[in-house]
Amino acid sequence: MSINTAREGHTYPAVTYQVGREAVREFARAVKAEHPAHFESEAAADLGYPDVVAPPTFAVVVSQRAEAAIIADPEVGIDFSRVVHADERFVHHRPITAGETLSAATTLQRIRTMGAGAMVTTVTEITHDDAPRATVTSTLLVRTEEEAA
Amino acid sequence: MTPSLTDLEKGQSIGRRTVELSRADLIRYAAASGDHNPIHWNDRFAAEVGLDGVIAHGMLTMAVAVELVIAWAGDPTKVVDYQTRFTQPVPVPEPEHGSPETPTAALEVSGKVGRVDAESQTARIDLSVELASGDARSKVLTKAQAVVVLN
Repeated sequence: MSINTAREGHTYPAVTYQVGREAVREFARAVKAEHPAHFESEAAADLGYPDVVAPPTFAVVVSQRAEAAIIADPEVGIDFSRVVHADERFVHHRPITAGETLSAATTLQRIRTMGAGAMVTTVTEITHDDAPRATVTSTLLVRTEEEAA
Repeated sequence: MTPSLTDLEKGQSIGRRTVELSRADLIRYAAASGDHNPIHWNDRFAAEVGLDGVIAHGMLTMAVAVELVIAWAGDPTKVVDYQTRFTQPVPVPEPEHGSPETPTAALEVSGKVGRVDAESQTARIDLSVELASGDARSKVLTKAQAVVVLN
């Protein structure tokens, strides 16, 4: 199976994600985060936020749900069992906070085919009430069968 | 206390720490993140896709590394930009005995000031993340950079 570059530039339908307080706390514990603003609303209020704030990489929980549309798109042809995560970037416009209903839409920015496979770069824009929250850029290395053989 | 931009110099250390990972940590991250790829919890499956065994989520390594920056900055919301490349897997073997909470991998995380930008009131922290368990030390992240607002 090879990767089809025809979908480059395509933006997939947005997914919504309700940021729960317990989800933020559970994620913060899982990444060994220590700052009280991830766990206690009072500590978040001290920083000027209405509820607990998510750790910087929490945005991946939201972005990967939106990116799933690309993996599932038969027009692109990504075999998920051959995917290796190559790089990730989070640009935060404002911290993600419990209680927000986020919208996340992924654009297939670039597919670069190489001898060993293809590098697939996606950009996911995360918003709350149309106000920007985070831009998540992710690159996956997809190995092709020719390389594995 | 939040560091002051004017006190920072390129190359200055922000500290270092060792982060240990256990199989239980990987299960917790899978649950919290929704990334249930079996290469992070099932040795047989990991071997079938060509790995020596279970490896940590790259995103978990990325997440635990930036905690050094947050501890230094004193505020998680000051991290406005954070990126990395994933270069080496972090093997997390099953402990030979005892609880799955027993750490079987260790990461050595250190950071230094890479750039100070007075105009945007930001400092870029360059992180070094090395595997400190197993046979040899190796960099597991490259170009791991966090931009922190200091004002």
